[in-house]
Amino acid sequence: MKHEEWKKISRIMSKRSLWMVHFCTGCGAMEMPPVMTSRYDMERFGIFAMATPRQADVFLVTGYLAVKTLKRVVQVYEQMRDPKYVIGFGSCTINGGMYWDSYNTIKDLSKYIPVDVYIAGCMPRPEAIIDSFLKLMDMIDKGEAIGWQKYRKYYDQYKRNQKMAFEYRLDEVKPIKEDDKNES
Amino acid sequence: MVMEIVDILEKILILAGMVTLGFAIGMLFNGIARKVSARIQNRVGPPVYQGFIDVFKLFGKKTNISHGWIFDLAALFSVSGIALAFLFLPVAGYSMLSTDGDLFLILYLLAIPALGFALGAGASGNPNAAVGVMRALMSMLAYELPLVMVMVAMMVYYNTTSLANIVAAQANMQWAFFIPIFFIGALVADMALQGMLMEKPFDIPIAPHEIATGPMVEFGGKHLGALMLYKMMGTVVETTLFVDLFLGGGVVLSVAQYGWLAYLVNFAVWFVLILIVFLIAVMIDNVLPRFRIEQALKFYWKYDALIAIFILIWIFAGVKI
Repeated sequence: MKHEEWKKISRIMSKRSLWMVHFCTGCGAMEMPPVMTSRYDMERFGIFAMATPRQADVFLVTGYLAVKTLKRVVQVYEQMRDPKYVIGFGSCTINGGMYWDSYNTIKDLSKYIPVDVYIAGCMPRPEAIIDSFLKLMDMIDKGEAIGWQKYRKYYDQYKRNQKMAFEYRLDEVKPIKEDDKNES
Repeated sequence: MVMEIVDILEKILILAGMVTLGFAIGMLFNGIARKVSARIQNRVGPPVYQGFIDVFKLFGKKTNISHGWIFDLAALFSVSGIALAFLFLPVAGYSMLSTDGDLFLILYLLAIPALGFALGAGASGNPNAAVGVMRALMSMLAYELPLVMVMVAMMVYYNTTSLANIVAAQANMQWAFFIPIFFIGALVADMALQGMLMEKPFDIPIAPHEIATGPMVEFGGKHLGALMLYKMMGTVVETTLFVDLFLGGGVVLSVAQYGWLAYLVNFAVWFVLILIVFLIAVMIDNVLPRFRIEQALKFYWKYDALIAIFILIWIFAGVKI
């Protein structure tokens, strides 16, 4: 019981203080300055852009990922401390977007690293970005943002998919098979 | 025998309370600084208790990547060093560990946490951290010269090296700030304070956009939480040092005359004074860009130190005549 209460407090704390590292691939990075600065000020929710992945909680992948970029994304993700959350930004991270038939661009980011929240749109407006952060906060509060636990649990599958992608065998990448039970 | 143990226990309780108060004020100041910066930039800004949330979140992180035992100890080294410096300072005219509050000792104690910081950054082996540490030590070298010269001038003027005696000499609003020569001295020391607090234009060691927060680049989780506590407590210690030197340490009522009421009022006045000194630093931080390291060195040694030398000569001549 005590442990549960402590978990609840730590969730409230980590919900109100999301430090973000935004990985500026693609054009998505363009939408970040208005979200950070005076117009849509995201610091009022406690979201703050950090300089290094070691200090960050949220990983924002802004836009399409070439295979070369994916290597760096995996490195950055593995450098972050648990609990960590990923936001996939724009339609490129969902299904490839306008790069859907490209030979060296990955289509679905969640096959390589676990994604907690997706933002649809090309480009998503700053309102949509803030909305996704609020959604993530809600999920953390309910204990649903468990992507970092999934990455540990299905590490073999994620690693296999990453390896296939690095060898440009993109058609051999499979969706992650999950058990029924996921506990927070 | 029992009385002695009770006495010691009481003292330990007071010490723990003071350290907690220092950390709490530091975290509050972090929130206030972010709120004020946000208002200056026409933003809403985070709540004033954001500093508490950030520190508690960092201590609640699940994994903590370590780079060896020096890396682990360095964060503790910094926090305990700054807490020790806080306990040696006269806070609102009340010194916890030393009744003298010797200025030289405090200068040495202020160097300990900075060295711990440097050790931890060195152990991480990141090139950005090495650049950051080099810059931090350079800027320490730069701002300490004018600061120490102004301090020596004050020691000569008040004929004591004890900070507690300097505070006592400024009782009844006889602040050094109101003496014309030390008014200039306060301006010099305030520029040095800007460097000590690592606010712009002297935030060269941290510089998030150039070297990715410099010494802190490899720190995360609990290590970063400890370093943030060090930095927050540092703002309290450094502003308290300034207030003790020039603004009478916040002492308005004498303890002998008014008892516990004096403590209450003095601590409130001390809090307001360090808040004002800190807010001036934050406002300067918000309107200026960042210096390069050689520009900072030039600024401190060419202008600040020159004025400090002038003050020193003035005081020595005044003593002799």
